Amino acid sequence: MATDVETRMDTNMEAAAKIPFKWVIPFIVIGAILPFFLGGYATFQGTLIMIYAIAILGLNLLTGFNGQFSLGHSAFYAIGAYTAAILVYHLDWPVYAAIPVGGVVCFFAGFLFGLPALRLEGLYLALATFALGVSIPQVLKSSHLEGLTGGVQGLDVFRPAVPAVLKENFGITMDQWWYLIVFVVMLLLFWVAWNLINSRTGRAMMAIRDNPIAAKSMGVNSSLYKSLTFGVSAFYTGIAGAMAAIVIEFVAPDSFTFQLSILLFIGMVVGGTGSIWGAIFGGFFILTVPNFAEEISTGLSYAIFGVILILVIYVMPSGFAGLVNLLRVRIKNML
Amino acid sequence: MDLFLQQILTGIANGAIYACLALAVVMIYQAIDHFNFAQGEMAMFSTYICWALIAGGVPYWLAFFATIIISFLGGLAIERIIFKPLHSAPVLSHIVVFIGLVAIFNSTAGAIWDHNIKTFPSPFPEGSFGGLIGLHEVGMFFVTLLLLLAIFCFFRFTRVGMAMQAAAANPDSAGLVGIRVGWMLALGWGLAAAIGAVAGMMIAPIVFLEPNMMLGILLYGFAAAIVGGISSPGGAVAGGFLVGIIENLAGTYIPAIGSELKLTVALILIVTVLLFKPNGLFGKTIVTRV
Repeated sequence: MATDVETRMDTNMEAAAKIPFKWVIPFIVIGAILPFFLGGYATFQGTLIMIYAIAILGLNLLTGFNGQFSLGHSAFYAIGAYTAAILVYHLDWPVYAAIPVGGVVCFFAGFLFGLPALRLEGLYLALATFALGVSIPQVLKSSHLEGLTGGVQGLDVFRPAVPAVLKENFGITMDQWWYLIVFVVMLLLFWVAWNLINSRTGRAMMAIRDNPIAAKSMGVNSSLYKSLTFGVSAFYTGIAGAMAAIVIEFVAPDSFTFQLSILLFIGMVVGGTGSIWGAIFGGFFILTVPNFAEEISTGLSYAIFGVILILVIYVMPSGFAGLVNLLRVRIKNML
Repeated sequence: MDLFLQQILTGIANGAIYACLALAVVMIYQAIDHFNFAQGEMAMFSTYICWALIAGGVPYWLAFFATIIISFLGGLAIERIIFKPLHSAPVLSHIVVFIGLVAIFNSTAGAIWDHNIKTFPSPFPEGSFGGLIGLHEVGMFFVTLLLLLAIFCFFRFTRVGMAMQAAAANPDSAGLVGIRVGWMLALGWGLAAAIGAVAGMMIAPIVFLEPNMMLGILLYGFAAAIVGGISSPGGAVAGGFLVGIIENLAGTYIPAIGSELKLTVALILIVTVLLFKPNGLFGKTIVTRV
């Protein structure tokens, strides 16, 4: 049955989650020096990939590790983005301070939404989160909030200049500077997520996913952990949204439609449900593949995207992380 | 009071659309134990096939039944070709494939038949019932009820219908008693595609034919199916009418909402219903064993 299959896949994934640190270092080094070899546009794209990766990781913490569906993460992305934009635009806050506040606001939003969501499971939760995702653009556009959100027009945000020391001594451009900021934030959040998953809390989260009743009878406070996971998940997505608002220098309701939720969901599955680093591949996929499909044929771009999506699932039914795990095991057995 | 009655009737008319699609959604859910996100786009594609047949000079009812058969075979083919190899993939991967199908159908329909809005003929006479509700809506209402009855009889009184339910509920045991589980799934897909086609052909005269026609409606269809209780076809139909009526009344009577927040309010109401009745209004309560 479906649930057995899923659990088995996840166990594989968790075994691989304990990647020795020496394997991670080269990737960090490559990631850090990459913007100095790429052009301005590619650096900007790289920044967006990392932002998506953070949002996907947020969704993955909820779905992959806690077993709660969400089709409404575009809402948290939007709340993070708008919190940051409103703080900067209306209250003249420094941009760097607005990012964590965006995340914290989302944490509370997520936690509060998680409370009623406790009563819902599976499809019903999917519908409730879906309602959240669909209503947020409408609420942002609503005439009652126009003074705050700028209505359909949205708000402009401006990135602060690169610190003078770095600019003069190293010639760091705006795109490189923000790439590096997002890179550091991403590393930090991934490290936190890794620690969270490998802690008592993380085990409780996964126990609730695998068998809620057994977890409860073992004394896991299921309600608390589920709402907290919702909060943490929203926090990640909110940070991503806040950074996206500042990097793109613009927020508008139509950037946060339900389609964004779908994209994040695709990114999560393609990257590997229940894998932390798979989120980076997910971010890469949802940013590049639609553009690639557009280049092949403008009229049929969606159809091509759909075909690629189905082929990817054929080749790696449990995502990129699942494929890498499989290959790792194969190679190990051969040696 | 007149306004109230008018809004209720408009709500019922819209609700008939949602109910029709919700029925298709519940149908496939019973057969494959999944939500099919591509259902709306499949129905849209079927409707285009019917439109092309009619444009080619085929009489309405012949085109109607030909489309149902084509859709049935199409649904069968999708299961056999796309989903059979993915049988053991995680559920979330299946959902991604559904999303892929949505993109493919939507884009292909646009490429073959262009994006211009087309009118679609109605089999029912023109005019309205007392100036309140169109005859097409009344006709659609009865088609939906007829469909519901047929589905009920199929699942309740035929061997194949029973076998399909068994295959969805417990594939392993069903296989052991000699039911061909794989083919039951394919049959479920075929039936859902056929019901979707009927829904599409009933809806198209109202919303007009274009590749995105189902996008909004499907959402309401899902909402209706879940509110009514995903395990109950009758509940899905009731849920459809409920969603239509709530949406209209909220838009008319709560001034702060107007038409811009209509959808939001409808969805919030649905979530509220679910908080008190987590299995939907008419759904069966499922007891989990450890």
